[in-house]
Amino acid sequence: MALLQIVEPGESAAPHEHRLAVGIDLGTTNSLVATVRSGLAVVLRDELGRPLLPSVVRYLADGSSEVGYEAQAGQALDPRNTIGSVKRFMGRGIADIAGREAMPYVFDDAPGMLRIDTAGGLKSPVEVSADILRTLRLRAEASLGGALLGAVITVPAYFDEAQRQATKDAAKLAGLPVLRLLNEPTAAAIAYGLDNSAEGIYAVYDLGGGTFDISILKLSRGIFEVLATGGDSALGGDDFDHRIFCWILEAAKLRPLSVEDASVLLARAREAKEYLTCHGVAPISGRLNSGEVVDLQLSTEIFAEITQTLVAKTMQPVKKALRDAGLSVSDVKGVVMVGGSTRMPQVQRAVGKFFRQDPLNNLDPDKVVALGAATQANLLAGNRAAGDDWLLLDVIPLSLGLETMGGLVEKIIPRNSTIPTARAQEFTTFRDGQTALAIQVVQGERELVSDCRSLARFELRGIPPLVAGAARIRVSFQVDADGLLAVSAREQTSGVEASIVVKPSYGLSDDEIATMLKDSLAHVKDDALQRALKESQVDARRLLEAVRAALAADADLLAADERARVDSDIARLESAALADNRRQIMLAMDDLEADTKDFAARRMDKSIRRAFAGRHINELEGDSVAAKTGEVA
Amino acid sequence: MAVTLSERAARHVANYMVKRGKGIGLRLAVRTSGCSGMAYKLEFADTAQPDDIEFESHGVRVLIDPKSMPYLDGTELDYAREGLNEGFKFNNPNVKDACGCGESFNV
Repeated sequence: MALLQIVEPGESAAPHEHRLAVGIDLGTTNSLVATVRSGLAVVLRDELGRPLLPSVVRYLADGSSEVGYEAQAGQALDPRNTIGSVKRFMGRGIADIAGREAMPYVFDDAPGMLRIDTAGGLKSPVEVSADILRTLRLRAEASLGGALLGAVITVPAYFDEAQRQATKDAAKLAGLPVLRLLNEPTAAAIAYGLDNSAEGIYAVYDLGGGTFDISILKLSRGIFEVLATGGDSALGGDDFDHRIFCWILEAAKLRPLSVEDASVLLARAREAKEYLTCHGVAPISGRLNSGEVVDLQLSTEIFAEITQTLVAKTMQPVKKALRDAGLSVSDVKGVVMVGGSTRMPQVQRAVGKFFRQDPLNNLDPDKVVALGAATQANLLAGNRAAGDDWLLLDVIPLSLGLETMGGLVEKIIPRNSTIPTARAQEFTTFRDGQTALAIQVVQGERELVSDCRSLARFELRGIPPLVAGAARIRVSFQVDADGLLAVSAREQTSGVEASIVVKPSYGLSDDEIATMLKDSLAHVKDDALQRALKESQVDARRLLEAVRAALAADADLLAADERARVDSDIARLESAALADNRRQIMLAMDDLEADTKDFAARRMDKSIRRAFAGRHINELEGDSVAAKTGEVA
Repeated sequence: MAVTLSERAARHVANYMVKRGKGIGLRLAVRTSGCSGMAYKLEFADTAQPDDIEFESHGVRVLIDPKSMPYLDGTELDYAREGLNEGFKFNNPNVKDACGCGESFNV
């Protein structure tokens, strides 16, 4: 007998046509899967009733693998083959991974994305993530009693194209159709229902096990814009455990510990932290291998005191994110708490004090992202309730553009554009007779290509040979709802086309994105000057090309002294164009233009004479008449 | 003539109703479709129809349209867990045979 769920009035599906959809929080430390049951978002638990799936996969020599708690248990025994926190490697090259020397893994540099050498063979981060997603898919199918229509998977707001694509690829590999990738802070806001009631600025404070993220979101007309993101990739609940651990060592006056004793005490520290969430005092007791006995009481006051600097440390990125967004505390309408570590009372208090309002915390902070993703998945699958006729829109985190002459970036889609989106711009050729155009796709906020991240490059060939500037090449950028980019170029007169789906070699690190955003703000003026300089250099080269072509064709029209002047102007402009002085370039260009003005006029006369030479005036008239009658016929 | 809810089912329905924030009760119906002829409908009810037959079971108002009533008479709606799956289950004495999956049935 099938088990049924209650649906909205009039929304009963035909038998065997239930549109089963889930939301997945693919986390660095833990992952979750959730769905909407009888109108209510719930996290799906495993056979033992556990909601979380540790994001850990262990590869064994016989080709099999373990995922979750089982893999986690083997981590200490087999660190080399037990991959944790794989999210940090998604869409990254080996050079992007900071601190990889300290990791127990054997990395292999592969084109595009790094690989990890395990007993079960070389594994890419996409494969490891796919193993986690597959486990969640099987759990969901068993829980919902059928195949899934698809899933909404969450990603950090700062994930770039490469990381999003890698996430999508992992889902595909896991046999999971992706309805949409959704930004984590946006998912948290949805779980609180902010999407259908509220307009305004919201802060999402996400303190996880090992990372801290703050996002400032702006909601208007169903669009969530990410105004600013910030955080600390090495700050989380583990640091709080460690502070308690240090306090125990000091308070119990313990001698240096063995590895086993240290891990026992660290576990006690963690338990004490969790106990203090709803108790005033936590007992910490245990007997160590060394024979020493620990019997202490940790009060919330002491806990708050010894972790004060950690809490304060989260406030720095919060202030910075607000500053980046150009906002003050009073602009923030609500604060959403995400991540298990936000349960700590001192964190709640500090956030409440900073934002001068109680944060939203009535949903389980470990589950809130998955619940929001499930709500969105349910809608995308078509299970709408009355009044839910809105469509949630996301934005792209960094501007997308292409390289133009002189290493400049022409932004096609600016940062924070809502997606899906498509924009096109027309470009032309730089040289006479140019038949190919290289298109370099870049992502970033700066004006120069060298300061942005290159995502892909491709060539448009078969452009008809025309004079410089005559070809009309339309370049279209298309970003789908998941933030994935496709670029196409089409020469309008001939119709030749080339296109590429951006699967970049590898992506940007979080720090790089943060640095790039910061740099763009700090370098606005520099960049403008640089741009002006580059543009004048491009203009200079264009002028030189044109004059040289003219000289090659009609050198006889110039007297010797004129020719000498032009040659010296050319030499001066050439050297000016190589130096970085825009004023010099402009002056040299003015001179060359002045000294070639008569020459240009004479060339014009000559070409007109050539066109009419040897033809009678009647013939010319006859031509035009013939043309006219030809048209009529 | 009666249709009832088990206590467990009623508790779940009440919980969903609170979270949903609106609605007057639960509507049960039967319609023709599916591989064995008929299928259940289980929906939140926002309005009652004039000819609805109403029951109250463990505090939950149950609405049934007169055409569905003969097929549902004597049914107890239960909430069950089967492995990881959980949901509502119709214990209907009128059913002669159901399709393999139980989503549709014959009377």
